[in-house]
Amino acid sequence: MLSFLPEGSNLGGVRHILLVLSGKGGVGKSTISTELALSLRHSGKKVGILDVDLCGPSIPRMFKVQDSDVHQCDAGWVPVFVDQEKSISLMSIGFLLEKPDDAVVWRGPKKNALIKQFVADVAWGELDFLIVDTPPGTSDEHISTVEALRPYKPLGAILVTTPQAVSVGDVRRELTFCKKTGLRVLGIVENMSGFVCPHCSECTNIFSKGGGEELAKHAGVPFLGSVPLDPQLSQSLEDGRDFIQEFPKSSAFPALTHIAQQILDGVSQGSS
Amino acid sequence: CGAAALTSLFVDCPGTSSARAGRAAACQGCPNQRLCAAGAAAVDPAEAAELRERLRGVKHTVVVLSGKGGVGKSTFSALLAHGLAADGSKQVALLDIDICGPSIPKMMGLEGEQVHQSGSGWSPVYVEENLGVMSVGFLLSSPDDAVIWRGPKKNGLIKQFLRDVDWGEVDYLIVDTPPGTSDEHLSIVQYLSALHIDGAVIITTPQEVSLQDVRKEINFCHKVKVPIIGVVENMSGFVCPKCKKESQIFPPTTGGAEKMCQDLNVSLLGKVPLDPQIGRSCDKGQSFLSEVPESPATSSYRNIIQRIQEYCDQHHSQEEKTI
Repeated sequence: MLSFLPEGSNLGGVRHILLVLSGKGGVGKSTISTELALSLRHSGKKVGILDVDLCGPSIPRMFKVQDSDVHQCDAGWVPVFVDQEKSISLMSIGFLLEKPDDAVVWRGPKKNALIKQFVADVAWGELDFLIVDTPPGTSDEHISTVEALRPYKPLGAILVTTPQAVSVGDVRRELTFCKKTGLRVLGIVENMSGFVCPHCSECTNIFSKGGGEELAKHAGVPFLGSVPLDPQLSQSLEDGRDFIQEFPKSSAFPALTHIAQQILDGVSQGSS
Repeated sequence: CGAAALTSLFVDCPGTSSARAGRAAACQGCPNQRLCAAGAAAVDPAEAAELRERLRGVKHTVVVLSGKGGVGKSTFSALLAHGLAADGSKQVALLDIDICGPSIPKMMGLEGEQVHQSGSGWSPVYVEENLGVMSVGFLLSSPDDAVIWRGPKKNGLIKQFLRDVDWGEVDYLIVDTPPGTSDEHLSIVQYLSALHIDGAVIITTPQEVSLQDVRKEINFCHKVKVPIIGVVENMSGFVCPKCKKESQIFPPTTGGAEKMCQDLNVSLLGKVPLDPQIGRSCDKGQSFLSEVPESPATSSYRNIIQRIQEYCDQHHSQEEKTI
């Protein structure tokens, strides 16, 4: 375990590291990671995403690069770039599987070994932000990732929840995880917060409303905003399209860009 | 940079109870290698016998799985339990092995309940006389308590749930799982191999982001030889309560569960539409089936539950024929 800040290391050129966590599955961690990366890129930042969900890696498809391969160079593994400009780079186990439908049936120790490699061996180069997308829970992947990233002093974590109590209940535990591991909570995002019918504009709170905001208040952490259910967002993610670029009038756009702005504001206030 | 492409370095773990455990090519560099090679990770035969004895009274076991999180496994497990327990003559047990995110206590209206011990072991927490529940949620004293455990400790608790809980005579044991294909899933399959897992019910939502994980789960079942009862497509369309028009919030861009089931030759048990009252009932700890009997989602769920029941009964009578 490294006890000095490794200057020559592969994370040496990364200015800010932030994690996207949730105790609950399916609340939109990968979605928020993706949209945050896209928003930051639109603000002129160079962004990387490290996907440490080894059983259910969603990130490659969200950028339409699921068929890409990972190459090696002297410094380590080359991340996959989503475009010619190399503005967003990715690393995920999704790129390392021979057959995409193959299950990664690994117990904790083997998962931990790969996560250590992901943190140490990916040649990210110069990045403004490295976003670490995680699977749900508070187990091997989370413990290993936080331990491996500790020498690099991550900015903190964004916690994602949906509004209903069943989700909030798990995210409370994730808050405890952050406290116990010394990870700063940058804020809570309430995702899938209301659905506006495209036919008649009636808003229905399919997964309830307000739970994320209440939790932020109760826990004394910033509330980063509510993102509504937006079929155009779901469709963009399915197709690997840039939602921020292509759908600025869509219902989820204001909330998503607002989250990115708060991260940028926080960083420019010299908090890291 | 050089151009050597990394082909898959990650041939799968042969399985900790496999004869090749610790000795396969994939084992090189795995921190567990010595443990496996020494045979320490396999289920001890004496332990297996103990589990078999303890769970002797369980007639049918259904495991609820999904590669993907947040698709409705716990919701479905809870409703399956309620649905099966509606027949007062059946004894139903619901075991929640999601150690990090135990949703079942809340969904069954049992938040705050604690586990009691007796001479015969831990008592399940009963919702009805014929419906008992076990979850790590009952072992935590505060809703903020996090279970920050690595794999081996989680496996230990799962084993305790099977060995130390006094389940008694059970017609249906339903096992709710966390998302993924990892420790919890390997353990439950290993420990329950002593019994017969009737089959797995796999939950998905219509979009490819879910399906891509669910295909992995189907392959996991094939790999560990767990029969698949079928797939349930949840959140399948939303009907606006005001204008009654349908929207696909989670669009089936690659054909949804229907196409996946056709491609992989598994049964599609049914599709359940989004109904805001489902989430509400779960949050209140009530059975959606009883609370909103007239919802289209209720009829979908009931049909699916019936098909699962029929599958188990058929399975049972086939077993009897072979004896």
